[in-house]
Amino acid sequence: MIPHLFRTEYRKIIAVLCKHFGLEHMGIAEDIASDTFLTAAQVWPMHGIPINPVAWLYNVAGNKAKNYLRRHILFENKIAPQVKTDAHLFEYEPDLSHQNIADSQLQMMFAICHPSIPQEAQIGLSLRILCGFGIEEVADAFLASKDAINKRLYRAKEKLREEKIKIELPAPSEIDARLDTVLTTIYLLFSEGYYSVSRDRALRKEVCLEAMRLCHMLIEDTSTNKPQVNALMALMCFHSSRFDARVNKNGEWILYEDQNTELWDVALVSKGIYFLNCAARGDRLTNYHLEAMIAYWSTQKTDTKEKWEAILQLYDSLLRVQYSPVAALNRTFALAKAKSKATAITEAEHLNLTNNQFYYALLGELYTGIDNSKAIQNLQEALLLAKTQADKQVIQNKMAHLAHI
Amino acid sequence: MLIFRHEDGNKVASPEQIQVWMKQTMDWIAGITAQNKFVGGNGLLFDDARVVHASKMVTNGPFGEIKETIGGYIMVKAESADEAAEFAKGCPVLQGEGNTVEVRKIAKRDGIH
Repeated sequence: MIPHLFRTEYRKIIAVLCKHFGLEHMGIAEDIASDTFLTAAQVWPMHGIPINPVAWLYNVAGNKAKNYLRRHILFENKIAPQVKTDAHLFEYEPDLSHQNIADSQLQMMFAICHPSIPQEAQIGLSLRILCGFGIEEVADAFLASKDAINKRLYRAKEKLREEKIKIELPAPSEIDARLDTVLTTIYLLFSEGYYSVSRDRALRKEVCLEAMRLCHMLIEDTSTNKPQVNALMALMCFHSSRFDARVNKNGEWILYEDQNTELWDVALVSKGIYFLNCAARGDRLTNYHLEAMIAYWSTQKTDTKEKWEAILQLYDSLLRVQYSPVAALNRTFALAKAKSKATAITEAEHLNLTNNQFYYALLGELYTGIDNSKAIQNLQEALLLAKTQADKQVIQNKMAHLAHI
Repeated sequence: MLIFRHEDGNKVASPEQIQVWMKQTMDWIAGITAQNKFVGGNGLLFDDARVVHASKMVTNGPFGEIKETIGGYIMVKAESADEAAEFAKGCPVLQGEGNTVEVRKIAKRDGIH
């Protein structure tokens, strides 16, 4: 049987049912979808897997939805006879056609990534509803307790209800602005998988792949296939090409310079180049374009003057489009490579990001070979600020290395 | 007959977990079938269940005092209750705490077992 079949079909069924019942009844859609798979798990082992498992699931989900409505209406009529029976509800046949599934999922994405929902909740809801992850899997991916995740999702659903958010595509005039929120969530979802310290590596990779799948859904629909969407897709392809090379058997980070390039995924790099070409149209240069181009250069391991000059210029543009301390630090590293460590040290110290571990880590790196005692001093500062064991390990390795020179 | 008693999986499981659980059940039954000892079985659904009481009162759900209720059964050909219990030990239902598999003989018409 196809791996993740249930998860894949869960999110399709739930999107179609939510679209029908309305977001305020998301819980009903979740119950019906879960029940469908439970029934499959009770029936298939005894009688064999049906010839067309997907059709079987849709048929069962449709029946459960009809039964639910019938019971619900009867109940309503018993307690409130004045409520007239809606005959059309009895005839409800969920439209599980390919087109309606794709449309419902896309609209669902815009509903969940609504600007009124807190960012954190958008990511959680995306994993649960758009990707079909269980509460436990979401909790594992976020390194949070199941209780915390349940509460977060509950509040997000309440918010969807309060704001009366509809499952629909935004008007063409709003689509760019709304798309920005969706892309931010997809990017954060990807980063969650890519940088998370969760020990479950397979799960983290799945989170990254899910973010890419959601982005791909936007590319597949003409109304949302915009340059910035392709740029984000390219960025994620380039980053994930190094997924298997970044971590060693013990789960420790392997620094870029030490990675085995044989483990880099060439197919993903070519895909990234393809999407980057698709992104090269329109007149809006977004941070995704710039970050994707920087990420492209990172797929070229050979250090050349040309490479670092290009990266430096891209960071300069990125800082103008969207300033962030991390980008400023990375720009300084590129400066050291393109010009000299001495130039970079002067500029780095001007940044004065004294509450940022990466600031000290960068200074440690820049002083290495110039003034090793200063390098160690800075690494010690970085170590004090480092939060995760993986980060601490990297810094300690560097310090140990310096002590031996 | 092996009768599974467990919690309603809907409340706890993700689609991925349900699929894993189903795969384990398939493998378990395949093992019994390979010995030509699997007769048949069925799942009993949790949704829309009813309990009719002595007073003729009808309540929803099979859920009474106990959390675990009958979720399904399979029938196997076994020389003894012990052999059937050996089969039962491999049942994935047992991974859930508090879940049980009950082994019962099916009554025959001639009454000789």
